[in-house]
Amino acid sequence: MANNPLTPGIAAGRHSSEVLDRNFADLHPPLDRHEALVAADRCYFCHDAPCVTACPTTIDIPLFIRQIATGTSEAAARTIFDQNILGGMCARACPTETLCEEACVREVAEGRPVEIGRLQRFATDTMMAREGHPYGRAEKTGKRVAVVGAGPAGLACAHRLAMHGHEVFVFDARLRPGGLNEYGIASYKTVDGFAQAEVEWLLGIGGIKMEQGTRLSDGLDLDALIKDHDAVFLGIGLAGVNALRVEGAELPGVDDAVDFIAELRQAEDLSNLAVGRNVVVVGGGMTAIDAAVQSRLLGAETATIVYRRGRDRMSASRYEQDLATSKGVRIVTNARPVRVIGNGAVQEVEFEYTRDGAGGLEDTGETFRLAADQVFKAIGQTLEDAPDALEIDGGKIKVDGSGRTSVPGVWAGGDCASGGDDLTVTAVAEGRDAAEDMHNAILAGREMVIETPRPGE
Amino acid sequence: MANLACEFVGIRSPNPFWLASAPPTDKEYNVRRAFEAGWGGVVWKTLGEEGPPIVNVNGPRYGAVWGADRRLLGLNNIELITDRPLETNLQEIKTVKRDYPDRAVVVSLMVPCVEDAWKAILPLVEDTGADGIELNFGCPHGMSERGMGSAVGQVPDYIEMVTRWCKQITRMPVIVKLTPNITDIRYPARASRAGGADAVSLINTVSSITSVNLDTYSPEPSIDGKGTHGGFCGPAVKPIALNMVAQIASDPESEGLPISGIGGVTTWRDAAEFLTLGAGNVQVCTAAMTYGFRIVQEMISGLGDWMDEKGHASVDDIVGRAVPNFTDWQYLNLNYVTKARIDQDLCIGCGRCFAVCEDTSHQAIAMNPGRKFEVIDEECVACNLCINVCPVEDCITMEELAPGTVDPRTGQDVVADYGNWTTHPNNPGACAAE
Ligand SMILES: Cc1cc2nc3c(=O)[nH]c(=O)nc-3n(C[C@H](O)[C@H](O)[C@H](O)COP(=O)(O)OP(=O)(O)OC[C@H]3O[C@@H](n4cnc5c(N)ncnc54)[C@H](O)[C@@H]3O)c2cc1C
Ligand code: SF4
Repeated sequence: MANNPLTPGIAAGRHSSEVLDRNFADLHPPLDRHEALVAADRCYFCHDAPCVTACPTTIDIPLFIRQIATGTSEAAARTIFDQNILGGMCARACPTETLCEEACVREVAEGRPVEIGRLQRFATDTMMAREGHPYGRAEKTGKRVAVVGAGPAGLACAHRLAMHGHEVFVFDARLRPGGLNEYGIASYKTVDGFAQAEVEWLLGIGGIKMEQGTRLSDGLDLDALIKDHDAVFLGIGLAGVNALRVEGAELPGVDDAVDFIAELRQAEDLSNLAVGRNVVVVGGGMTAIDAAVQSRLLGAETATIVYRRGRDRMSASRYEQDLATSKGVRIVTNARPVRVIGNGAVQEVEFEYTRDGAGGLEDTGETFRLAADQVFKAIGQTLEDAPDALEIDGGKIKVDGSGRTSVPGVWAGGDCASGGDDLTVTAVAEGRDAAEDMHNAILAGREMVIETPRPGE
Repeated sequence: MANLACEFVGIRSPNPFWLASAPPTDKEYNVRRAFEAGWGGVVWKTLGEEGPPIVNVNGPRYGAVWGADRRLLGLNNIELITDRPLETNLQEIKTVKRDYPDRAVVVSLMVPCVEDAWKAILPLVEDTGADGIELNFGCPHGMSERGMGSAVGQVPDYIEMVTRWCKQITRMPVIVKLTPNITDIRYPARASRAGGADAVSLINTVSSITSVNLDTYSPEPSIDGKGTHGGFCGPAVKPIALNMVAQIASDPESEGLPISGIGGVTTWRDAAEFLTLGAGNVQVCTAAMTYGFRIVQEMISGLGDWMDEKGHASVDDIVGRAVPNFTDWQYLNLNYVTKARIDQDLCIGCGRCFAVCEDTSHQAIAMNPGRKFEVIDEECVACNLCINVCPVEDCITMEELAPGTVDPRTGQDVVADYGNWTTHPNNPGACAAE
């Protein structure tokens, strides 16, 4: 083996294939039948269960767990899919520690919640292993709906619309459908090509036509979509990234974390994927964590996350932070990059410490440097390609509680739309709810904008 | 340290924990292991008359009912009496008793309802040196179809008759094992006493079908697609057994009749409960068949510690202690008023108390913002259901309303005096307090 973690610069093959296979195996391995029964037994079947409230898609969790406990996992899966057709991916990707499992009363009682995510995976895997698709379509309505973006929001929307009998046309800019399920979520959360398998399974309902490689604003425009369809849904996510505005940021070796992750997710053979010996990640969210952890798993000698505010302000959950440190990632907080240093390529990054002051974040004046062969920017994604006609709110497409945009006949949901967390499960909820509203609007023959506030707003 | 040694109908054992007549006591090998583990005595698996032994089914003998985490709550069996030759059993009983003289060895018997059958077997048993016999009038399956077991136990006259024969034939103490598959347990107990029994033991198993196989439509355990009723035992039957023990212990007509308590004893606590309700010792089967013989160590330490804590020096001190508090419904104090109280610090917010009270009881729990569950005294009848379904021990408790305070539900003052149904104004047959 030519390379190892100590090989200088950016290099591929720092670990053998065996080590890489082990490193990128399932983070939470599936429960077997016995484990699932034991885990299901712990559910108390709470009244108006807090976990259900905490789930953005409002899955009836106590019911599906009881269905697993009584040996009817496929009924359990139906309970899940009724609310969340991407329940399989959510079971793997949801930060359950800040959603359903955080709310579990056994978390309160014993500090150990019912393993809702893994049980959800057990049920959905059981159903998905079966031939065929569990949902049928209502009688054809003859209505045509366009969905732009095949991420979780778009897919959930398309499925629900197809179920209601509409003909759905999905347009997506990427080579493969799935959005960040395919290009973003950490690979140890969704092994064995699950994202594509899930899309295929979802399309099993029929009535959904997929067109990959078609970009809105580039060969596809909103007016034409509105003209050719009875309704339009935009689930285009956040395709842009924030720039790092410091000296040296253009040096080779300074890359976008999302690109690195997408490349990693698409890599046929991880031993061909290059990574720096010393990796520095700037940011404090899930993307920063995933970039740093996966750098370490690929064989980086060091990976350091540097976040400009305190730990408690990081949007990555405590669990994700602990996961990172358990993989040898160092987390430095209250420091911001001031300069990238290098001669033809990155060599170091200079940071300055910060503190919370009266007028916001202040520099302390104290600086330090970290050796870096590769720097990943994970300082936030931005909306790109949003049609001009749409009203924007806080950098996102403005929508009401039903996902209606400022343009009649156009709905939006997921990361690109205002309100809600940027999570897979939230995108699913918004896509689903928009579909219901579109369905009602299409059948009522009217598409007016009603300002209904979202819960919590 | 409390003394756990026991003398039951003259039979001594180092502790009150005996293994009931059942598979664990079917042969010398098991019984030796039991004694090594610390059991105070055994009732040897039921012997039948001389001749070709009975045969058992060659498929499954047990069915089961499980609780959470697949804990065994109840077991049913369709096993018959011993299927080993009489001579082998007698030989083994003799050696075991010789090697463990300090342990109780009682022999369970079931032979046809004719005096000669008893005349034939009793001397053979006596010859082993066994401490006593137990008449199996309880087994509800298989043998009962042949006129034995519960077929005898369900007819008090037969019980009396056979008991009398046995008392005439042998000098050994005679314990009569009763079946719960009757309407009033006091009648067979009275019949046993009338026949001269030294004691009764109860309960034997409850007739049962544990489940049905929904693929083959056969009751379980299924023998080649067919099932039959079996005898149910284990933790699930304990309440039935406790009640029957208490019925006999408080029946003036059986006063002083020693009782060996059987039915779902699983922990020291269960044993203590049987003892306080009038049992002189306990017999255990399912707990051993679930966890093995070692559980007796927990029973010994638990009972001893509890007796020490309460200041009871010997087992006799606790036997029957709860019997005077076992009464008829009509004598319960209707002036005793309690209300449920939810400890907000212990509450984990599952809301089960709310669900059950709201759906199935008295709408006496409010679900307040922040999942704060609080009792509405105006509605609470103190039924106890919330406590029973709460997953957290001691989170919900019953608090007694002090005399003189007003019960917000009835608007009436809580009365300090005892008052029961017999004198209650709503009782058409109310009689003046004596
Ligand atoms: C690195 C990373 C890790 C993450 N990990 C998690 C996690 O573990 N758990 C979790 O819950 N969430 C996670 N998230 C967030 C989650 O992935 C998103 O919230 C979710 O994917 C949003 O779904 P969406 O459908 O709105 O958008 P996306 O998934 O981004 O899908 C948008 C789709 O639209 C297409 N598109 C974009 N622009 C155009 C255009 N102009 N024309 C046509 N098509 C277009 C894209 O090709 C894409 O297929 C992570 C995000 C990132 C970046
Ligand atoms: S979808 Fe996510 S939040 Fe909802 S129950 Fe499943 S794992 Fe929990």
